[in-house]
Amino acid sequence: MSEHLVDTPPLTKKDFTSDQLVRWCPGCGDYAILSAIQKAMPELGLPKEKFAFVSGIGCAARFPYYMNTYGFHTIHGRAPAVATGLKLANPDLNVWIVTGDGDSMAIGGNHFIHAIRRNVDLNILLFNNEIYGLTKGQYSPTSKTGLRTKSTPLGSAETPFSAGELALGAKGTFFARTIDTNPKLMTQVFVESSKHKGTSLIEILQNCVIYNDKTHGEVTSRETAADHQLHLEHGKPMIFGKESNKGICLNGLKLEIVTIGENGITENDILVHDAHEPDPTLHNMLVRMMLPEFPVALGIIRQVEGLTYGDMMEKQAEGAKSSAKINSMDELISSGNTWVVD
Amino acid sequence: MAENKTIEEREKVVIRFAGDSGDGMQLTGSQFTFTSALFGNDLATFPDFPAEIRAPLGTVEGVSGFQVQIGKTDVLTPGDEADVLVAMNPAALKSNLSWVKKNGNIIIDTDAFVARNIEKAGWEQNPLENGILNDYNLVEAPITSLTKTALDGLGLDNKSILRSKNMFALGMMYWLFDRSVDSTVNFLEKKFKDKPEIVEANKKALNAGYFYAETVEALPSAYKVPPAKVEAGEYRHISGNQAIAWGLMAAVEKLGKKLFYGSYPITPASDILHELAKHKHMGVMTLQAEDEIAACCSAIGASYAGHVGITASAGPGIALKGEAIGLATMVELPLIIIDVQRGGPSTGLPTKTEQGDLNMAIGGRNSDSPIIVIAPSTPANCFHFSYQAVKLSIEHMTPVMILSDGYLANGSEPWKFPKMADFPEIKVPLAQVNGEEKFYPYKRDPEKLSRFIAIPGTKGLEHRIGGLEKEDETGDISYDPINHEKMTKIRVEKVARVANYIPEQKLIGESQGDLLIVGWGSTEGALLTAMKEIQAVGRKVGLAQFNYINPVPKNTAEIFAGYKKILVCELNLGQFANYLRGHFPEFKFEQYNKVQGLPFTVFEIKDEILKQLKS
Repeated sequence: MSEHLVDTPPLTKKDFTSDQLVRWCPGCGDYAILSAIQKAMPELGLPKEKFAFVSGIGCAARFPYYMNTYGFHTIHGRAPAVATGLKLANPDLNVWIVTGDGDSMAIGGNHFIHAIRRNVDLNILLFNNEIYGLTKGQYSPTSKTGLRTKSTPLGSAETPFSAGELALGAKGTFFARTIDTNPKLMTQVFVESSKHKGTSLIEILQNCVIYNDKTHGEVTSRETAADHQLHLEHGKPMIFGKESNKGICLNGLKLEIVTIGENGITENDILVHDAHEPDPTLHNMLVRMMLPEFPVALGIIRQVEGLTYGDMMEKQAEGAKSSAKINSMDELISSGNTWVVD
Repeated sequence: MAENKTIEEREKVVIRFAGDSGDGMQLTGSQFTFTSALFGNDLATFPDFPAEIRAPLGTVEGVSGFQVQIGKTDVLTPGDEADVLVAMNPAALKSNLSWVKKNGNIIIDTDAFVARNIEKAGWEQNPLENGILNDYNLVEAPITSLTKTALDGLGLDNKSILRSKNMFALGMMYWLFDRSVDSTVNFLEKKFKDKPEIVEANKKALNAGYFYAETVEALPSAYKVPPAKVEAGEYRHISGNQAIAWGLMAAVEKLGKKLFYGSYPITPASDILHELAKHKHMGVMTLQAEDEIAACCSAIGASYAGHVGITASAGPGIALKGEAIGLATMVELPLIIIDVQRGGPSTGLPTKTEQGDLNMAIGGRNSDSPIIVIAPSTPANCFHFSYQAVKLSIEHMTPVMILSDGYLANGSEPWKFPKMADFPEIKVPLAQVNGEEKFYPYKRDPEKLSRFIAIPGTKGLEHRIGGLEKEDETGDISYDPINHEKMTKIRVEKVARVANYIPEQKLIGESQGDLLIVGWGSTEGALLTAMKEIQAVGRKVGLAQFNYINPVPKNTAEIFAGYKKILVCELNLGQFANYLRGHFPEFKFEQYNKVQGLPFTVFEIKDEILKQLKS
């Protein structure tokens, strides 16, 4: 890696920009995500031919065409399966999946949870706009209950999925949440996720300006951001608020919001974020925090070590090699019970 | 051999073993088979499993069978009807009696014919007493109690003793066919090397059965089936599923790539997964995926990575993979799909054989999306055709579907095995890095029309592919109507041109004749045997058994033109016949069809041929 970088000038965002016209709607959150990824790529120290972007179907799925790397726009919901084959067959690649809430949690739900469960070394960018955009505005598995859309004129009667809870339920080793209006946070999280060995799921709260405008407005709006966002950093206390005086505490089996300086609360009473804790209980509680009771947790919520599927497979193959008596097809075909006819 | 026994020499004999699925009939059958192969017989086998893993003991649903035909001449099928049936209980007799030749031998375990078992098997009266077996030569042997006596004193529990009774029956068969017990003894010693008491018990039961048969008066005669004159060489036994797995591995070894097998368990394809999973040290990766779709998609991912992506299933699973196969067709990547066909539609008859997926293989995707379709025709040639499938898929950058079926998958035959050096090279159409010029992923080989593969990780060939229609050459997304039509035609023509790279269709028989029998895939054994028998009595018949289904070999029309009548025989209601009608409207195709979950018998084919010759 570093050798490669010695005699070539460092890559820039431009190196990762393809010659294709970007065709998302004006004002779409996807532009900011694309830009943040293109910015994060040079920081990873890999030549661009080592990157592969795999997508399914949906607005987000056009993403690979805009990256000047290897890219594969596959079929609806199946990107994790294609990416699994790609990564296992060539572990040297840095593989990214670009998916939406419908692609990953409706039609592709099965592949999504199993990729995470296997801990294949993949990075999943989940563009969550809580709506079907490309099919022109139907509710999605993450749409809020009651959301009126073309297919739910009387309001959605379903309970939305929580991507983070699903990931933790599938034994995920890395989960981060970010928003399309915070490029700095996105780039930072993307770089970290790429370094993580295993499946990294990054939920990006993304705005669909046409069909579900401002669905994350309460979280992202500048006026309320400080009170509605909790930026998690490993090893730092969970403090938020305009005056940085609110914090998260554990009260019995529940989280609660406290104010520093009131009722004898000091900074020392505030929970310190431990993204590396193997027990997912607290991570789960952080994932579940929702407005209006709680701020929405952003940043890397969980980042724990675990054997990847690729490592396991490689280990098994190496182990088998060392004890194998048969090593070629000629040997295999002529092994066991054979006989000669003269 | 006892002197008072007559010895009857036979050209071919069919033996059928039947018992409860826990009775070890598959093992008994395969041991008898291997011993006969060592003796020098030609042979073919077919197991008949129940769909249930362990159906209630003693019921017809729980009967597991194994049929083998051995011969001194070419044996191409496991045979129609059995000369000898070994029935371990009343249920086995009930479900197999119709498969025994009149005057054939039926060996039964009399200990199993008690009232409760007889009733469970659905016999209204005791079949040993009601005269139903008058047309057969019944050999009544108290197999269970004799096994118990033989194993007395070994200190085994009752269950282990009962498990050895299949060896007693096998011992009887070895005497009946004048075969040595040695290879089975060797097998037992290897298989149970850590359980000497089990080896001892099985050996004792085996020998006890042999000596019992020698002594007992009820056995009318011993059969002699002399060794066959087979081509000199080194042989082994192989089943269709194993041959497919090894053929794929051989091709991938030749290529120097990794084999990636994505699969979801399904009968009767799972054994391919089991076989491949044993060889992870030889560059084989297997992924038991979360579903059929992921199995196929992960294989596509591996193909995209420049390795050999393979997936397999039976009909229901192939239906699920359809969209992904379409993707591979669109992005023009190699992909091998194996359909081990079984009775359908839907879940159908999971353990039975059928050729019902031909239409799906040819056209089971949205829009015009042809793929290469290949159908092996014997368990052993599954090796050759899966090697070919990889070669064609890689060299022509297109998915290839292999149509196997339950009959080929589980059937087995002796195989004169090749050396890797005998196999043709496989050339990867690798895209070349061309300095400053932009890489065009859809530039094509002018002859084959296949595109070149640019493997992720290669500097300078970064590109994007996908399921959206793409512009000719550049591969950029294009919604241009004229371009779409052009690209559709190119994809179709690319597969059509594969006809220039496959062997000509073989005709067995004269180039002119009265009746051409046409078959495809696994029916070869029955059709060829029937055709030869009719040919032998001077009738002008021929056989064209197709292995290359799409595209069809270039000389096909020429063969058809030589015959007055064409009869297409297949285990569905006429899918290949209709396919041929579409391609060759100038010919008339008669049909002979069967959809019973069973292979053709030679008898029924001969009967049909004679009918067709008359009319």
